[in-house]
Amino acid sequence: MDLHIVWFVLWGVLWAVYFMLDGFVLGAGMLHRVLGRNDSDRRVIINSFGPVWDGNEVWLITAGGATFAAFPTTYALMFSYLYTPLLLLLFGLIVRGVSFEFRSKEEGAAWRGCWDWAIVLSSFVPALLFGVAFGNIFSGLPMDQAGYHGSLLALLNPYGIVSGLLFVMLFLEHGALYVAGKSTGELSRRAEQLARTLWIPLLVVAVAFLGYTNFATKLYDNYLKAPVFLVAPLLAVAALVAVRTLLGAGKVRGAFVASCVTILGVVATGVIGLFPNLIPSSLDAMYSLTIYNSSSSDYTLKIMTTVAFIFVPIVILYKVWVYRIFRGTLTAEAVAADHEAY
Amino acid sequence: MDVLTLSRLQFAITSMFHFIFVPLTLGLSVLVAMMETRYVMSGNEMYKRMAKFWGKLFLINFALGVVTGITLEFQFGMNWAEYSRYVGDIFGAPLAIEATVAFFMESVFIGVWAFGWNKVGKKFHAVSIWLVALATNLSGLWILLANGWMQHPVGYVLRNGRAEMVDFMAMITNPFGLLKFGHQIVSGYTVAGFFVMGVSAYHLLKARNREFFKASFSMAAAFALVAAIMVAVIGDFHAADVAKTQPAKFAAMEAVWDSCTNAPMHLIAFPDAKNECNLVSALPVPGLLSYLAFRDTNAQIRGITSFPKDERPPVLPVFLSFRLMVGLGTFFIVVAAAALFLVKNGLLERYPLFLRLLVVSIPLPYIANQLGWVVSEVGRQPWIVYGIMKTSDAVSKSLELSQVIGSLIGFTLLYGLLGFVDIYLLAKFARKGPEETNVGATGAFKN
Repeated sequence: MDLHIVWFVLWGVLWAVYFMLDGFVLGAGMLHRVLGRNDSDRRVIINSFGPVWDGNEVWLITAGGATFAAFPTTYALMFSYLYTPLLLLLFGLIVRGVSFEFRSKEEGAAWRGCWDWAIVLSSFVPALLFGVAFGNIFSGLPMDQAGYHGSLLALLNPYGIVSGLLFVMLFLEHGALYVAGKSTGELSRRAEQLARTLWIPLLVVAVAFLGYTNFATKLYDNYLKAPVFLVAPLLAVAALVAVRTLLGAGKVRGAFVASCVTILGVVATGVIGLFPNLIPSSLDAMYSLTIYNSSSSDYTLKIMTTVAFIFVPIVILYKVWVYRIFRGTLTAEAVAADHEAY
Repeated sequence: MDVLTLSRLQFAITSMFHFIFVPLTLGLSVLVAMMETRYVMSGNEMYKRMAKFWGKLFLINFALGVVTGITLEFQFGMNWAEYSRYVGDIFGAPLAIEATVAFFMESVFIGVWAFGWNKVGKKFHAVSIWLVALATNLSGLWILLANGWMQHPVGYVLRNGRAEMVDFMAMITNPFGLLKFGHQIVSGYTVAGFFVMGVSAYHLLKARNREFFKASFSMAAAFALVAAIMVAVIGDFHAADVAKTQPAKFAAMEAVWDSCTNAPMHLIAFPDAKNECNLVSALPVPGLLSYLAFRDTNAQIRGITSFPKDERPPVLPVFLSFRLMVGLGTFFIVVAAAALFLVKNGLLERYPLFLRLLVVSIPLPYIANQLGWVVSEVGRQPWIVYGIMKTSDAVSKSLELSQVIGSLIGFTLLYGLLGFVDIYLLAKFARKGPEETNVGATGAFKN
């Protein structure tokens, strides 16, 4: 088996699972002030993902670590070329994490309001920047033997922005569905209603993204070569439609699952299109970073494959189990009674 | 100021800031797990309140430790792309393994522990904090194996224009990394022991919740004493390994300028880097340095002047940090022993001055931890990977000065603000008694 391909698949899976899991935390965070009309609503929202957000974020750390270990050259160049956006993303993730912890540790309305807005902003910035970054990776970075010729402003090209918007909309929908499924009463109804409202602009952005991708990237070339992979974008589209259908039938949890599939499908669509590149060069394909020219040695890949095949299933097992422990809805009363809650 | 200098400064600031929170996490996770285990075994509710009270402080501290850790993983690529490219084949592996094996377990079970008091059985709840403690310490193991490789690279060949891993077992059994891990873990336990003793002493001085804080104190004192002794013992082996593997660092730690056999240890010394000699050196213990380094009083110690000028670490900061760290380490053993003696004999509250000393001593083990890292990292210079790659060759080529200035300012402001808030909250909840820490949950006010 070609371990480069194994790690390419794993690389894609790590990103996809990260976006699926942190997507609803980012989305719920962005909607925190809109959906949470009062303090107890807001505490329900934060506590709805309180036990799991940290574990969800580790998928990002692992995706980063896997890139480092399996494709060190890609890791080195991707992180240094995208220095400023990654920095802002990092600041967002740092502020978000501490805001959850700090927010309810003081009574004052000003204190809580401050951290509430910090949560909104620090959820929006990473959501947007992940989209912008991946949009630019899909379309390729301006790099050659002399290095990188881009800038922060150049990343904010129209395709980068559309892709940033797509991520933001996907996560908003995802977050609204999550809150709808985890809360009760008025808050849950409000979240469900918002999920219906957000679905239309999400669809518009998704269609625009799929269309624009044809012109701005070479992602579809792989699908022309091997149409069997069209199953990924088709799945994404079908799942997106299913989100609305299930919402219409009042099946919020089903809609959330469909939204999970949508995100997995979108990431798969992009990643399959990239193959065998990790970061294409927009200047000349010669300078693209591929799974072959930027990878670790076979020995390292073998070691890492062994580790991944033993431990990733274990991680998935206990994660699923922990999600089961915290399944069910959360009420304002339960949060108020729990002295250990955020 | 250039990209290299600023990147080094930024790495120093972000990693030292991260390391304000890590040692307490390492030790307090274990202490809280011990408290909760006593609760499960004895059914005594006081130990449950203990786990909750110290656990709350643990979580406030943990939050910043986790988020600032992401910076470090990102930074290798962002600022040190040449390094990452050159050694990623071997250095990336322990980082990825850390995330997969340890970090997942830590962050998943911390959620179970923090939110699961009424969701899982009490035995399993105690198991979850043990899993957090295990994962936190495992995390440290992989990180220190990675750092150990930078200090004493093993199991690689230089091939295809980079360092490639050829022996995974050699990397994970690297004595340098393992000794450093041992030394670091118990240093973290010392931080936690003194933290719990100091906060307990604060309450005992006010004569509040005396039973609760005496019991906490007693556990922490025993924990801190064992840890502080282990720090010294493992530290001694670690230093001997450094003498063997990084003679230049060892020479700087002890300010030995000229190679000599039967080297004495000067109890008082002060280096003069300009003239490559010591301004002061007094109270020699004959042969002690040779003995500590090589277990032989006649062994030869290489002096700093025997290394080419461009391969010498800065002597003064390494020497001072090392001396101060060792001095503090000795102080910890004495104080922890006294604390354990007093608390076990019911004499603790008779010595308010001693309790006061413990309160003001809370920051000292933190400082000792930072000093240890200064010895380790500054002492490795000018190398980023000892003997293989210089720090000056490791920095990202694509960075512009303005980017690094911006990020440095950003990190300084953000970390300054968050650090201030975190320490404010830690102090606030530490000052409250175990019954008053439920502020987050009153939910009394509505917007």
